[in-house]
Amino acid sequence: MQASSNRILLGTRKGTFAVERGSGGQWRPSLLGHAGVGVNFVARDPNTGTLWAALGHGHWGAKLSRSRNGGTTWEDAPQIVYPEGARYLDVPPGADPGGQKPAFKPAKLQKLWCIAFGPPGQIYVGTIPGGLFVSADGGDSFALNLPLWNHESRGGDLFQGEGSGVTHWFGTPASESGEFAPGIHSIAIDPRNPDHVLVAVSTAGVLETVDGGKSWRSRNRGLVMDYLPDPNAEWGHDPHYLALCPAQPDHVWQQNHCGVFFSSDGAATWKKVSQPGEGVHFGFPIAVDAERGKTAWVVPGKSDMQRTTVDGRLFVARSDDGGESWRPLRNGLPQQDAYDVVYRHALDNSGDTLAFGSTTGNLYVSEDRGESWQAVGNHLPPIYSVRFA
Amino acid sequence: MVHVELTPHLFTFFPELKGRRIEVEADTVAAVVRRLDELAPGIAFYVCDEHGSLRPHVNVFVGENRVNDRQGLTDPVPAGSRVCIMQALSGG
Repeated sequence: MQASSNRILLGTRKGTFAVERGSGGQWRPSLLGHAGVGVNFVARDPNTGTLWAALGHGHWGAKLSRSRNGGTTWEDAPQIVYPEGARYLDVPPGADPGGQKPAFKPAKLQKLWCIAFGPPGQIYVGTIPGGLFVSADGGDSFALNLPLWNHESRGGDLFQGEGSGVTHWFGTPASESGEFAPGIHSIAIDPRNPDHVLVAVSTAGVLETVDGGKSWRSRNRGLVMDYLPDPNAEWGHDPHYLALCPAQPDHVWQQNHCGVFFSSDGAATWKKVSQPGEGVHFGFPIAVDAERGKTAWVVPGKSDMQRTTVDGRLFVARSDDGGESWRPLRNGLPQQDAYDVVYRHALDNSGDTLAFGSTTGNLYVSEDRGESWQAVGNHLPPIYSVRFA
Repeated sequence: MVHVELTPHLFTFFPELKGRRIEVEADTVAAVVRRLDELAPGIAFYVCDEHGSLRPHVNVFVGENRVNDRQGLTDPVPAGSRVCIMQALSGG
């Protein structure tokens, strides 16, 4: 049995919530801050204990917020700003990637999408449009990672000129502005070597650096797409979420638009491990066991055309063998008339405890690796992120 | 001097401005925002984006007139004006 955290942080459509396990074993949610504000992601820096929240104000834009006292009070953190002159090639939704000439678009922060913590002092933030911002001073300042921003896959260095004029980074409808632009939603740092980082981009694919962000390369071999003429193309993939096993970092998983994929070689090659017959194929989040790299959990949805539960029955699926087989876990979850949708950051695990939240405001917790579940909140705002603190 | 009135929503984030009569020396809307940011550091990035344009769901009125130049905020602000920074009605 692995030790579990007794505190969960929720980012929701209407604020940050803490869910705490009382001495009697009952989990109880309560509003922790940002009342009425959209919170895309909230997490605790394990190095400092500071809580970080990625806010999406309806009127006032995207803001980073932090709390140094466990959530009692919050303050605006130093804000994320693209450097002057930053621009990107814009591909309208539905455009033929090889046809319509993309237009240049000045970079404006549309969404703070995810936050990740490296060694002490290092904080990463993924954004729309497609920025990886890095702090080396514990979050007192952030800078755009330029080698990734200027990557050849998105047209090259557009600060200096017009680049190649071709981008392979397409868009996601997840931005809050209604604009269609690429976004970085997953940042996985290798615990053995913090210079080794994987990021996943909707819609482009997975990229890797092994030199602390000085250079990046694609890590999409073995991924297959259902929606492009060349299903094996290097770019254009739609990972929904990527996670690695902290104790076995070469074991990397992703829930992709086109199925579940597993890699046992650090994302150098991927293998599709979906089992549509078991309902395991489409979905958004994926969680990987901290110790056992072949164990992962997903919350399947029914196809990209419906994006609801499969037949109104909510379930989690777990594999313990690198995706060779999946077992549905339904005990305690609603099995009729349930249409919960679980977003990409809304599933997390800590030891044997798992938690996930849905856009219908339900929060479910399992303390036995998914074998049984309890609903610990039914009337919360739509849940965007779930992270153990 | 220009008298500035803010939507009360902004006092949630800048409580130091609550209850104050805000008077600034400015001759354009852009200058009003700059002066305001000196009084309450960070507020300019709430009202405007990183390029200095008004955010899509923010409106500014000079007297009875809605600001014309939402990108550069070059609209003149005569001395003695009242400038209102408001949340645009965004539906729903």
